[in-house]
Amino acid sequence: MSRFPILRRADRILVQGITGTQGSFWTQKMLGIGSNVVGGVNPRRAGETHLNLPVFDTAKTAMRETGFDVAVMFIPPMLAKTAAIDAIESGAKGLVILTEHIPSHDVLEIFAASRAHNTRIVGPNTAGLVTPGETFAGIMPGHNTNIFKPGHIGVISRSGSLGTLICLNLTRAGHGQSSFVGIGGDPMIGTTSLDALRALDEDERTEAIVLVGEIGGAMEEAAAEYAAGMKKPVVSFIAGRAAPPDKRMGHAGAIVSGNAGSYPAKQAALERAGVAVADTPHEIVDLLRVRLAQPACNSS
Amino acid sequence: MNFNEHDAKKAILVPAGIPVLNGRLCHEAAEAAEAVRALGPCAIKAQVPTGKRGKAGGIKLAKTPEEAQQAAETILGMSIGGYEVGAVLAEQAATIRKEYYAAVLHAPSERASLVLFCAEGGMDIEELAEERPQAIRRFLVKDPGHFTMEDALMLTVDLDDDAQEVARILVSLYRRYRETDAELLEINPLARLDDGRVVALDCKFVLDDAASSRQETLCAHAAPAKSTALEREAAAQGLKYIELDGEVGILANGAGLTMTTMDVVSHYGGRPANFMEIGGDAYTKAEPALRVVLTNPKLRSLVVNFCGAFARTDVMAEGVVNAWKKLKPEIPVFFSVHGTGEDEAVALITAELGLTPYDLMEDAVQAAIGTAQ
Repeated sequence: MSRFPILRRADRILVQGITGTQGSFWTQKMLGIGSNVVGGVNPRRAGETHLNLPVFDTAKTAMRETGFDVAVMFIPPMLAKTAAIDAIESGAKGLVILTEHIPSHDVLEIFAASRAHNTRIVGPNTAGLVTPGETFAGIMPGHNTNIFKPGHIGVISRSGSLGTLICLNLTRAGHGQSSFVGIGGDPMIGTTSLDALRALDEDERTEAIVLVGEIGGAMEEAAAEYAAGMKKPVVSFIAGRAAPPDKRMGHAGAIVSGNAGSYPAKQAALERAGVAVADTPHEIVDLLRVRLAQPACNSS
Repeated sequence: MNFNEHDAKKAILVPAGIPVLNGRLCHEAAEAAEAVRALGPCAIKAQVPTGKRGKAGGIKLAKTPEEAQQAAETILGMSIGGYEVGAVLAEQAATIRKEYYAAVLHAPSERASLVLFCAEGGMDIEELAEERPQAIRRFLVKDPGHFTMEDALMLTVDLDDDAQEVARILVSLYRRYRETDAELLEINPLARLDDGRVVALDCKFVLDDAASSRQETLCAHAAPAKSTALEREAAAQGLKYIELDGEVGILANGAGLTMTTMDVVSHYGGRPANFMEIGGDAYTKAEPALRVVLTNPKLRSLVVNFCGAFARTDVMAEGVVNAWKKLKPEIPVFFSVHGTGEDEAVALITAELGLTPYDLMEDAVQAAIGTAQ
């Protein structure tokens, strides 16, 4: 578990909201590739089994019964705080919050609780985590072998759909993935680009990293600073270059005000750090091929 | 969600006991004249949810009813920062002895809240942060609900006579920020007047959109968003749509992929006509989404770019096909479809529309640009 946000098959996963339509659908997909799902939570159906898994009233009970490692939440926004704090107080080491549109004051309380209990959070508004061929937690097509293939490229993405496209492009070009870390499209998230980059830098299976960012905030700039000192090659794509200013581009975090969060600022910071920045998603594959052929990297 | 000064003062500050000056909201110039007759000299202030109103000519001092009439006539109907002025606040003029700046806001990189205080108010805080960041005092609240008088006094300690009173206001401001689901609650300036009162002369309040369902009473007072008729229509249907100036229409799923489709359109020399994203739960809304996209008269071609993770491409493709058959648009459409439900989606598009999706989104985009020109 020390690897979180990089998942391993041994990680025992609890699904909060397992009996709902999406919870059921994605739990089946997760089980399909061999994810170690040990149970679910729905207070109204505690004691039943669902998908042959035990359903508990709370994460705390689930922890006593199963000793799970990571909880993944299929919970609507207005109930997310209660569920997240239940998981955190249960002693979960990692928590994946898929929910979008959680009121931000609830998110602040979730983070305060996570600090008090040392729970690492991925999200909110993430599509989840995938270790191809091994396990996944979330709403990514981790079970689709045309898209995800075991390999040595670590992928970090704020977006699920774009991250999926990029993994597909990598797989087709013969580059499997060591791990996909969906960090989420919200401005306030538990695992930042930098946190994910550091985790993949320390991961022995990962040889190179694709960092998929977006306009808004300063996460890519912070990651760039770290990338400058890395030996593993880093290639990046930042979505939102053509976005008009002061508009929220779908994700709550994707907004440019003045110079803060702008594409040029992110591009400059990444290139200064020796990170190759692609103009289109497909160009990532070409840049990666070049960088992998070079000896050692990113030192500026 | 943004609020005009008058609504922010009335709905947020006054209930918290933070004093404001007497004022009247006026939709017509005659009302402003009447306000000055009743209250004496007033500042006539444009009610638009944007900064730099003064610089734009949206705030004028009126000593007589005639001056108020004239000022209101000038200001009403002005456009400031893209907002049309529909009302002015006529607020009793006051002599200011000292101005402060106070705000509470989210600090995303710290995953916490930030209380800001500056002993020099009234100026543009962003400019001050750039030029003399040390002038702005900060207190990071990591534990929600725990910002005490003691904490506030650390920010106001050297204010001599005002320290206690201003600290009390900071504590109230933080409490209100939490109660009202604010992303930002700012008083600039907070002023000590010649008559001894400490009052909020302006107030900026931004409510977290995600909390609107539990703040319905407040939301009713929000300023209308700066948006086009088509954007409002899309928003009413729960769609994330932004109208742009170009010719290449875009329908995609997920914020990241939709932005990227726009980027690729511009990269190859085209101009996006819109942003339309049907990711998340909206993936079942492809049909209404396409209707909105096609309503834009500037459209010359359309790119449909799906990459299904959570969103099922077969469901989205069905929506597109249905809309296409009903509306029979005359513009060419170029698909790229991958991910969850891909095989069914591609089969449907081929069978119903006689089109083969492009393997690479880059190719679909280039084809769309080619026909748009």
